[in-house]
Amino acid sequence: MAVKTIIEAIHDTMLEEMRRDPTIVITGEDIGKRGGVFRATQGFYEEFGPMRVIDSPLSELSIIGIGIGMAINGLHPICEIQFADFIFPAFNQIANEAARIRYRSNGAYTCPMVIRAPYGGGIGGGLYHSQSVEAFFAHVPGLYVLAPSTPYDAKGLLRAALRAPDPVLFLEHKKIYRLVKGEVPAEDYIVPIGKANIVREGEDMTLIAYGLMLHESLKAAEIVSREGISVEIIDLRSLRPLDKETILHSVEKTSKVLIVHEDNLTGGLGAEIGAIIAAEGFENLDAPIRRYAGPDIPAVPFSPPMQDFFMPNAAKIADQIRDLAAY
Amino acid sequence: MTTRIEETRSSTGKTTELSEDLLLDMYKRMVTIRKFEEAVHDVYSRGVMPGLAHLYIGMEAVAVGVCVTLKGTDTITSTHRGHGHLLAKGGDPQRMFAELLGKKSGYNHGKGGSMHIVDMSLGILGANGVVGGGLGIATGAALSAKLTGAERVSVAFFGDGALNEGIYYEVSNMAALFKLPVIYVMENNQYGEYTPSNKSTAGTGPARAEAMGIPAMTVDGNDVLAVYRAALWAAERARTGEGPSFIECQTYRWLGHHMGDQGDTYGYRNSDEIERWKKKGPIKRLKAYLLKEKDIRVEVLEEIDQKVQMEIDNAVEYAKSALQADRSEVFQDVYA
Repeated sequence: MAVKTIIEAIHDTMLEEMRRDPTIVITGEDIGKRGGVFRATQGFYEEFGPMRVIDSPLSELSIIGIGIGMAINGLHPICEIQFADFIFPAFNQIANEAARIRYRSNGAYTCPMVIRAPYGGGIGGGLYHSQSVEAFFAHVPGLYVLAPSTPYDAKGLLRAALRAPDPVLFLEHKKIYRLVKGEVPAEDYIVPIGKANIVREGEDMTLIAYGLMLHESLKAAEIVSREGISVEIIDLRSLRPLDKETILHSVEKTSKVLIVHEDNLTGGLGAEIGAIIAAEGFENLDAPIRRYAGPDIPAVPFSPPMQDFFMPNAAKIADQIRDLAAY
Repeated sequence: MTTRIEETRSSTGKTTELSEDLLLDMYKRMVTIRKFEEAVHDVYSRGVMPGLAHLYIGMEAVAVGVCVTLKGTDTITSTHRGHGHLLAKGGDPQRMFAELLGKKSGYNHGKGGSMHIVDMSLGILGANGVVGGGLGIATGAALSAKLTGAERVSVAFFGDGALNEGIYYEVSNMAALFKLPVIYVMENNQYGEYTPSNKSTAGTGPARAEAMGIPAMTVDGNDVLAVYRAALWAAERARTGEGPSFIECQTYRWLGHHMGDQGDTYGYRNSDEIERWKKKGPIKRLKAYLLKEKDIRVEVLEEIDQKVQMEIDNAVEYAKSALQADRSEVFQDVYA
């Protein structure tokens, strides 16, 4: 079986999907001859030409706005936002338009589109090239928000996204684009939207994460396992909708829960997950629900010591685990 | 090729010969930008500098030609390729370099890095990591000048790529309607990131400005005197209440979009084109003009070169040995 990086899995999946489905077009900044700044569309322009691989102006709101127009008129656009930080000019188009087209037209129109956006810090990107934007969009009904952590899931979720009849925000943590490698089967498979994955089984607590933090959490679990703490880890994969069943079932087994995300704490995914557990799994809890997240500052600071301070990592997560285990 | 513009005529008909002091000031500011950027290139290439940087080499005449017409209280907004604007407006190379290296004594105490330097005391309202991000701020600054009666001109530097950001139309419409004292300086360096501007921009910047009733002109952005003359025209319009102006400066960035893109790494432009533009480089042209037309001795220019080089070397050394950013400041300035 082929071993691929996450960016290779995304590249190859889009390529295969575009060969399969002639309605798929891709647009974004420098995605043509340049192949995208992260090389996600390398070679696409040569294969599919300028009618399906469309270099857009540096104009995010028009990338999404035009994408919506294509989606409701028979195409299935993939819209690449070069860095997730640049998505906000298009917020109105995504939240106000794309996500509610089905609702406001009573199902007469749908808006099948995939918006891909590299997100996340730890790469020295500073204030405008490091943000996690998921919480803003996971709040929006009518939109799916996905965040794969492995090459396998990147393929399976992207294939699911390109078959979804509604808009999908597909968030790709840029630090693990090439850092994380894994086996990707050649055959067609789907990772269903809304299904989390238990990636490590354990007894003492449930740790819930996604993206880069999933990998840091796995390292942390390995560290504390040598101290006799057994951690069960859930990779969310879908941020909207959340897989409540898998989460609640795991908490029923372990009785403690730690939610880890890089996005800042207040109003983050952890708040929603914690509220779900408090409301529907309260009787199973032996300790307060704990969240560990990026600090509440406006953006990831640039300077290496500051960035390091911002980013949760395996050692800091291990401390959180020990603390919760001792409760 | 040298330029023969020796005099500049203001719209009031007054003719002013450019003084030798002013010409040498322009030369010094341009050389400062060049040597600063060369130092960034060097330090980055050695792996000492974290993050990203977008270099201004080849475009020095634009920032300098505009900024020499401005007063200290006038304001500018800059771009992701902002080092040149900041230096031309009086930015301190030491604090800039310290910021680039993420140090405590940097302009933003290490929070910002290359793309976010601000110095309110110099009227630098900020570089900006988002394309078109400064346009609203610059126009708002001009609106506040108008509303408070402050005699202040606001300049928005932006690239040909930003011309396609919707915000430009929203804010310049307002500037035209309200006759705001703002100058839109479009640096057409021929590429929006990696895509030629003629592949992403229909029509021209000046025509778009004129559609909103904003007087516009295109100048040779590698000719600092042409830029200077256009900026004087626009600044005078702003100061006399005539409203916004638009200047397109035709220029070229010699290096890549950012430090990871070394000129023709990605094949989106070729070395012939780069060489062609280097031959008409802005510093070379001003230097030839000063030597041939103004009879300035080459030693005078060489002395400026050496002084600037020392200043930049000092800035680099200062930044390298400066204290790292302080973690305790991570939470500072989130709220008052």
